[in-house]
Amino acid sequence: MKSKLLSAPYIVWMILFTLIPLCIVFYYALTDSITGEFTFANLTSMGTYLPIFLRSIWLSLFASLICLVIGYPVAYFIAQCKPLTQRFLEMLIMLPMCMSFLLRTLAWVAMLENTGIINNFIRSIGLSPLPLIRSNGAVILGMVYNYLPYMILPLYTVIMKIDKRLVEAALDLGCTPKQVFTKVILPLSGPGILSGLTMVFVPAVSTFYISQKLGSTGTTLIGDVIESQFKTAYNPNLGAAMSLVLMILIFICVSIMNRFGETDEEEVMAKV
Amino acid sequence: MKHFNRTVTVLVFIFLYVPMIVLAVASFNDGLDIATFKGFTFRQYANLFRDETLLTLLRNSLIIAILSSLIATFFGTMAAVGIHSMKGRMRKAVMTLTNIPMTNPDIVTGVALALLFAFTGTMLKINSILGFWTLLIAHITFNLPYVILNVMPKLQQMDPDLEEAALDLGCTPFQAFTKVVIHEIMPGIISGALMAFTMSLDDFVISYFVTGSSFITLPVEIYNYTKKPIQPKIYALFTLMFAVILILMVVMNLLQARSEKRVQHGTQRRAH
Repeated sequence: MKSKLLSAPYIVWMILFTLIPLCIVFYYALTDSITGEFTFANLTSMGTYLPIFLRSIWLSLFASLICLVIGYPVAYFIAQCKPLTQRFLEMLIMLPMCMSFLLRTLAWVAMLENTGIINNFIRSIGLSPLPLIRSNGAVILGMVYNYLPYMILPLYTVIMKIDKRLVEAALDLGCTPKQVFTKVILPLSGPGILSGLTMVFVPAVSTFYISQKLGSTGTTLIGDVIESQFKTAYNPNLGAAMSLVLMILIFICVSIMNRFGETDEEEVMAKV
Repeated sequence: MKHFNRTVTVLVFIFLYVPMIVLAVASFNDGLDIATFKGFTFRQYANLFRDETLLTLLRNSLIIAILSSLIATFFGTMAAVGIHSMKGRMRKAVMTLTNIPMTNPDIVTGVALALLFAFTGTMLKINSILGFWTLLIAHITFNLPYVILNVMPKLQQMDPDLEEAALDLGCTPFQAFTKVVIHEIMPGIISGALMAFTMSLDDFVISYFVTGSSFITLPVEIYNYTKKPIQPKIYALFTLMFAVILILMVVMNLLQARSEKRVQHGTQRRAH
């Protein structure tokens, strides 16, 4: 009975430093930056940023899907290895997550620049250099590179837990290996796919560093605009309004993804 | 299929590690330009250890990471024990609170805390409230959920009879916790603390919004650096950190593998 009280300091802390700050975001989003009066102007001005919102969504959705397509075979392969190899490969996937993502992104700048490593090589074999950096493609590459481990790890965890007997049963009952994959393994890895997609999409849609370094003025993302409202343009009220819209947007996207997942799961259950 | 998966896995590992290898090679480069290798040198490492400001920044990062992860581990473990004894709606509400910083993008968490501190600053009429304390508060806030989510599963796996037995045998609830429960959940506490420590050490986005010029951590300064031409000694620092993290991970894996083997042996012996 008393042990419930042990979480009291934590609950107080979280109310003070997560709930109240979110309320303050609401407050700033709904007040004028100069007079401090109540206004909807910050939120209604979001319309002008619609192209930036849409660009952020499609670039990060695209990056999430690429992560899924290249991350799934990796997760599947690791789950098939011997326990010791599995542990080692898992460690190699986790290691980049612990290293400064700023510097790792800068390494891509050094590789993709017009006078960078790749173009120097292309020049040295007598071809004309390619415009690699400052494009949508470079931003997507940066997102995939930074967040791919967040896709592989949940996929690996889910695939590893799949009961081997289910696969054997499917084979015994006459499934081809391909059918085993599409009818057993893929549906059962549904939760991993969903959490992987969420874990890539959320940081990708809100990034500002990747687009600053690998993109151009034509690839400004919503994170860039929020960052500039707080650091250079100094209009925290507009920045708060954008953060609010970003939060709602992520909430909608994640619940749509989860909705898909639920129906999938129900279908699987119905078929079983 | 197996061949395809193996090929993708190899390619993904190359993709993940090439940028880091580029940085490591750059740390031994005698020239300033990362894209052209002028000759081998240890000079960048010597420069690094002579650079007082960089070492101070590293120390700042370590202070924040150690303090915030220790505090978060203490209160987070307490909170997990408390939440474990909760039921129904109360438990659901607290878990929702725990999930807020996990599902919110970092930029929103950073902005929300920045607004809270700005608001408090104007209330208290302090000009620049941002610094060590705001940074520490922010890091504890985003570390707490990691500790809880690592400790909770261990509490759920624990045999509840163990604690009851301790109580029956005359332990006070506090003794039952320190003598029995804490040993059962120790792996969760350690992994939670380590995760909190690495998250805190590597955090850039949230720190960027809640820190002032009086107390800056390494990632924030790296971001400031990258607006100017980057100094090669940063690459030396990256390479050293890479080596340290690699060694730590290998050691942890070996220890874990050994303890798992011991557990297996134990159960086998008991079975005989």
